[in-house]
Amino acid sequence: MPSPRYWREIPSRYRLEASRCCGCGKVAYPARKVCPACGADDWKQIQLSRHGRVVTSTVIHVPPDDFLMEAPYAVAVVETSEGARLMVQVVDCEPAEVVPGTEVNLEFRLIRREGHGGILCYGYKGVPAG
Amino acid sequence: MREVAIVGAGMTRFGEIWQSSLRDLFVEAATEAMRNASADHLDAMYVGNMSGGQFVGQEHLGPLMADHLGMAGIPAARVESACASGGVALRLAFMEVASGMSDLVLAAGVEKMNDGADVTAVLASAADQEAEAYHGITFPGLYAMIARAHMEAYGTTEEDMAAVSVKNHRHGALNPKAQFRREVTLEEVMNSSLVAAPLRLLHCSPVSDGAAAVLLCPLERAKEFTDRPVKIIGSGLATGSMALADRNEPAFLDSVSLSAGRAYKMAGIKPSDIDVVEVHDCFSIAEICCLEALCLVERGKGGEAARSGLTALGGKVPVNTSGGLKSKGHPVGATGVAQAIEIFEQLRGESGDRQVADASIGLAQNMGGSGASSAVHIFQRV
Ligand SMILES: [Zn+2]
Repeated sequence: MPSPRYWREIPSRYRLEASRCCGCGKVAYPARKVCPACGADDWKQIQLSRHGRVVTSTVIHVPPDDFLMEAPYAVAVVETSEGARLMVQVVDCEPAEVVPGTEVNLEFRLIRREGHGGILCYGYKGVPAG
Repeated sequence: MREVAIVGAGMTRFGEIWQSSLRDLFVEAATEAMRNASADHLDAMYVGNMSGGQFVGQEHLGPLMADHLGMAGIPAARVESACASGGVALRLAFMEVASGMSDLVLAAGVEKMNDGADVTAVLASAADQEAEAYHGITFPGLYAMIARAHMEAYGTTEEDMAAVSVKNHRHGALNPKAQFRREVTLEEVMNSSLVAAPLRLLHCSPVSDGAAAVLLCPLERAKEFTDRPVKIIGSGLATGSMALADRNEPAFLDSVSLSAGRAYKMAGIKPSDIDVVEVHDCFSIAEICCLEALCLVERGKGGEAARSGLTALGGKVPVNTSGGLKSKGHPVGATGVAQAIEIFEQLRGESGDRQVADASIGLAQNMGGSGASSAVHIFQRV
């Protein structure tokens, strides 16, 4: 993969930056150019809180090759208090205990080493709160 | 628009077909479809294929396949919409004939998945690469999240989902082209290994090689090619949010609902008019959600459908008489065309032990990704 992809995706992936539509208030994560709800293209950049609640989840037992060493691991759709939904792994817990309603904190972690070059890929993962 | 008919069909058996390459599979299905209709030329061709590039390093399938079919020179192009590629190829062929632009158009689909690629990673490229695949999600994982959302919202159980696999294997056991021609028990499904909780191995369609092709022409010319043409009376295509996280209701497939609405409207029929159905059961939960989005059952009631016998052969609405993707196999680019072939044969009364008595209207629904695209076609006996 060409490296520009990595810095281009950094604002959302490294800083949890999202955007709020000035037309209808919808929160988009990652940021978009055009609002999927109202069609407006005027956005205000916001920072997502590092806390959310699991909407739905799974435990991956058969992973892609890049994640072989991780399995089994939980992946969940997490909704933050701003209304943004993001897909993240949920770690530092029994994967089976990650269920709809589980509260998680979002923490900056290593996601994987990609491809033959072993590029280190970072991003956010959920960790059960409390 | 002109009325359009299918006049010929051909498909390989589905499975791990080590001795056949991508092009071998395609040529076998395409020549059978043409022989089936006694056709000696084509005016155009669409080749549905999800990822020849990633699976076997081969792109540019339009000219490759036209060439190997002995038809270099004809207009031909490869069509991609992930696992809905075949259904979209069929729609483009339908539109080309309906428009009056061409008379004899082949709609085909092909995939060669068992040639050593990291299949899980290739399939995951039909998800949102930046927001989903990056985090290690897989296709079984996405549908597992849909399943868990459906269980939360409607009380659907693992047994409900397992009943879909049991039913589809029972149907597939009767299909000579199916990858798994054997029945499975509810216990075998419930005890199979976890792939992505709550989905187990026997909730998942297999990795398959295969190809399928149908020949379309204007209805007014159909009798030149067959005594029993089947009309395409409705075609609907729709898109939805690519990422599962962007859907308000993860358990409802908006694109399936939209594509079905468009197809029903074009055909001028109601869901209750349908005699036989093929839906995209890439995972057992997908059949449950698709039945709801197609309005064949009420929303939230999809879980009961297989368990109650409603969707079995002999039931009120037989679904996936071919064995579905689960038992027949799922060479992703070929699936949408293979579904159309099952309906074509049902409406012609050629389905043998799987025949639905007196079927006159059938529907095929083909889905891409975790439901980001869906193509629905409705067919009628002439
Ligand atoms: Zn808006």
